[in-house]
Amino acid sequence: MKLPHRLHGKTIFLIGLMAIFGSLGDVLLRKGMKQIGAVSNWRPDALLATFERTFRSGSIWLGISSLLLFFIAYLLVLSWADYSYVQPASATGYLFVAVLGYLLLGEVVPWMRWVGVLVICIGVLLVGGTPPRTTEEG
Amino acid sequence: MTARDAAFLFIVIFGGTSGELAVTHTMKRVGEVQSFYPHHLLRVILRAFRSGWMWFGLALMTISFFSLLMLLSWENVSFVVPVTALSYVLGAFGGKFLLGERVEPRRWLGVALVCLGVLLVCVG
Repeated sequence: MKLPHRLHGKTIFLIGLMAIFGSLGDVLLRKGMKQIGAVSNWRPDALLATFERTFRSGSIWLGISSLLLFFIAYLLVLSWADYSYVQPASATGYLFVAVLGYLLLGEVVPWMRWVGVLVICIGVLLVGGTPPRTTEEG
Repeated sequence: MTARDAAFLFIVIFGGTSGELAVTHTMKRVGEVQSFYPHHLLRVILRAFRSGWMWFGLALMTISFFSLLMLLSWENVSFVVPVTALSYVLGAFGGKFLLGERVEPRRWLGVALVCLGVLLVCVG
């Protein structure tokens, strides 16, 4: 999609915010859920207790705030840019998540997983490089 | 990856993708955001929330969100989030078979690479 020049700067800026806040949010959610522990008891009262604990966790709320900022940036950019333009541009988020998981949570990322993440990013970029509209305007 | 992980991944991917499409539909109708003053932004957001599609999209995204939380209680984030890229595969097939879009070879190649990448992440 060719964006008018006046839209270019704000589009790049908002997509950058999306990649940062989106991946930071996911990493913070993992941090919170790790503290809460694996959900393994499916009885309603146990699930409710887990639900309560989830929403008393600071990391979860920070994660939600970060994802909310992601979502606002996403809504704004979608009001002028195509979904098929925005979606692949946010593919860098997959790489950020792996890097942040490794740096902030000390997750062990095997080399094959790094390769996998890179292949995913290339795949998403290819999907996005194709014409955004293949059907007639209705 | 266990069957339980796979089931929750399916909910995350399917709910998330359909929710995003519903929200996109809403924002296209609301129109381009041109002013970033808080009171103008608030007005745009309030207008978006008067649309039924917005609420439908948000409901799907909420279900997807809680499934993601469950997954993240079991697995590393550097595993879970890359695997959710399978939503591109769902998008391509949904576009072709539900919306009648012509999915060109380069897009299929991208979809195949995403699948290969997810496979590597799962094996790694």
